[in-house]
Amino acid sequence: MSSHLSHDAAEAASDAVHDEASRHDPVYDQLHADAQFAELRRRYRSFVLPATAAFLTWYLLYVVLSNWAGDFMGQKVIGNINVALVFGLLQFATTFGLAWLYSRYSTAKLDPLAQGLEAEFVRLTDSTDGGAR
Amino acid sequence: MNHQVLTAVLFLSVVALTLFVTIRASRNSSGAADFYAGGRSFSGFQNGLAIGGDYMSAASFLGISGAIALAGYDGFLYSIGFLVAWLVALLLVAEMLRNSGKFTMADQLAYRMKQRPVRTAAATSTVTVSIFYLLAQMVGAGSLVTLLLGIDKENTLAVSAVIAGVGALMIVYVTVGGMKGTTWVQIVKAVLLMAGSALIVVMVLAKFDFNLSELLGAAASNSGKEGFLEPGLKYGIDLTHKIDFLSLGIALVLGTAGLPHILVRFYTVPTSRDARKSVLWAIGLIGVFYLFTLVLGFGAAALLNTGAGSEVANSGGNLASPLLAEAVGGGAGSTGGAILLAVISAVAFATILAVVAGLTLTSSTSVAHDIYNAVIRKGQATEEEEIRVTRFAAAGLGVIAILLAIPARNLNIAFLVALAFAVAASANLPAIVYNMFWRRFNTRGATWSIYGGLISCISLVIFSPVVSGKGLDPTGKNLSLLPTSIDIAWFPLENPGLVSIPLGFFFGWLGTITSKEPEAAEKFTELEVRALTGAGSEKAVVH
Repeated sequence: MSSHLSHDAAEAASDAVHDEASRHDPVYDQLHADAQFAELRRRYRSFVLPATAAFLTWYLLYVVLSNWAGDFMGQKVIGNINVALVFGLLQFATTFGLAWLYSRYSTAKLDPLAQGLEAEFVRLTDSTDGGAR
Repeated sequence: MNHQVLTAVLFLSVVALTLFVTIRASRNSSGAADFYAGGRSFSGFQNGLAIGGDYMSAASFLGISGAIALAGYDGFLYSIGFLVAWLVALLLVAEMLRNSGKFTMADQLAYRMKQRPVRTAAATSTVTVSIFYLLAQMVGAGSLVTLLLGIDKENTLAVSAVIAGVGALMIVYVTVGGMKGTTWVQIVKAVLLMAGSALIVVMVLAKFDFNLSELLGAAASNSGKEGFLEPGLKYGIDLTHKIDFLSLGIALVLGTAGLPHILVRFYTVPTSRDARKSVLWAIGLIGVFYLFTLVLGFGAAALLNTGAGSEVANSGGNLASPLLAEAVGGGAGSTGGAILLAVISAVAFATILAVVAGLTLTSSTSVAHDIYNAVIRKGQATEEEEIRVTRFAAAGLGVIAILLAIPARNLNIAFLVALAFAVAASANLPAIVYNMFWRRFNTRGATWSIYGGLISCISLVIFSPVVSGKGLDPTGKNLSLLPTSIDIAWFPLENPGLVSIPLGFFFGWLGTITSKEPEAAEKFTELEVRALTGAGSEKAVVH
C-alpha cells in the first residue's frame, strides 16, 4: 500500500467515506487463512463447478439435438408424445432436481462452515475494535 | 355488460389494487436500505414470489404461449432456456452477490476495484438492458390494451396515451413505494398470474379429459401445420436459422443471471441463505408457470383458428392466451367467455405493470447510487439526496421510455426481450463471474468486459437483418426496421449472443492481463471470505 501516490490516497479516502471499496480489514486475512475457510471453498467449488458444466452440457445437447436431430426428436413415445417433448420435460426435471440437490448439499455441507466462520468474524471484530462494526 | 366495459373495470381494479399496495408499503419505509432493498427484510418465499413476478413478463405469458400456438414445439424451446438459466443464478451468483453487494450490480465489482470507472460501466449496462426490457413491456401494454378495449391500432394518439398512462403509473410505483412497494406489487402480480393461468389450464385440460396426448393431437391437426409437435418449424429452415437458434439458446441461458432487475432482488432478503431459498422458490414457480404456458399454447392451437389472417396470427401470437380464455369460457359473445377474457387480460396488464416498476426502480437506483453519488459526488451525497435523485431519475427514465416506446410500438416484443438477455449475458455476466472466481481480475478487465460485451452486442444487432436488409414479406410488409432502400446488414444472425458473449469474456481477460492492479487482487481475499461466509455483509433493517 505504501507505493500509492497521494492522488490515489486522496481518492481512496473520499471513497472510503462512501462504501466498501477501500475497507481492508485484516480480520478477513485471518479468516482466509483458516482451514475451515479453505474447506468451505473447496466444498463449494467441488459442487458448483462440475454441476454447472453438467447442466450447461445437458442443455446444449438438447439445443443441438433440436436443431440437428429432427428425426430422432420426432419419434413417438406414447400417443402423440414424442422424444422432443420428453426431452424438454426432462430439462425441467433435471433443473428441479439439481436445485433440490444443491439446496440439500449447501444446507448440510456449506451452511454450518459458513455460519461458524461468520461467528468467528463477529468474535474477532468485537475483540479487536470494541464492536465498532 | 359488454366485454370492453368489463375489461376496463377489471383493468382499473388492478391499477387500484397495486396502487393501494404501493401506498401501504411506503408508509413504513424510511432510509436508503428500505427504499432500495426493501429493508432486506422479505422472506425467501416472499422474494421467490417477487422474483417470479419480475421474471414472468408479458413476453413470457403472452409471448411464449403465443409462440407455441403459432410455431408449435419451437415456442416451447424459449421456456426451457428461460428456466435452465436459473441454475446459473442459483449456483454461481445469488448468494455471493447478496453477501458482497449493497444496492446495485456495481457494488459487487466496486468492492475491490476503482469506484468510478466500474460504477460508470455497470450503470451504463444496467440502464441499457433495462431500457430494452422496458420498451418491450410498454409496447406489449400498448398493443394489449388497445386490442382489448377495441381501440383502432392505427389511432396513434390513443396508443400513445395508453403507453404514457403505463409510464406514469410505473413512475408512481417507484417514486412512492420504492423497493418495498415494488416488491409487493410483484408478489400480488405473481399470485394473480399463477391463479389466472392455472384456472385456464384446468379448463383447457378438462376439454381433453386431462389427456395430454389428445390435446397435442388436436393441436397438431387443428393447426394444419406439418411437424407442429417437433422442433424445426420456426428455426429449422436452413443453417443460418439453426445457428441463430443456438445463439438465442446461449443468450437465454446465460442472460438471466446478468439481468440487473433480477440481481437486485437478492438484496431484499436478510441473508444469503434466504437468497438461495428465494431462487429455489422462484425455480419452482417459474417452472410450473412454463408448464402452464405449454398447455395454454397447445390449447390455443387446438381450440382457436391460428391460420393466416386469424386474430391470433395477426397479433403475432400475443392474443393467444386471452382468446383461449374466451373460448374455454364459452366462446365469443357468451358471458363466461367475456368474464374470462377480461380476467386474463387484466392479469396480463398486472404483469406488465409489475415488470416495468421493477425495471424502473433498478435503473434509477443505479443512476443515483452509482453515477450521482459515487461518480459525481464522490461518495459524499447523503441518503436523502441519493433517494431524491433516484425519484428524479425514475421520472426521467419513465419519460424516456414513453418517448421511445411510442415510435417503437410496432416492434416485436420477443425480439426486444431476447436482445435484453443478450446484452445482459455479454456485458454483465462475464464481469460478475470473473469478479467472484478470478483473483487477478481488475478494473480494466471489468470495464473492458462490460463495454466490450455491450458494444459488440449492440453493433452486431445494428448490422443484422433485424435492422436492415431482410426485404419484404409476401404481403409487402417490411421485415426489417429500416426502409428497404437502406441495407447495412453484414452479420447474418438475428441473435448476437453466440459472438458477443465470448467477446465479453475475451475483453475481460484481455483488459485484466494487460494491466496491473495489486490492490484488486489483495481485496479479493476479503471479497471471497465475505461472499462465501456472509461475514460483514449488509444486515436487515430493524424497525
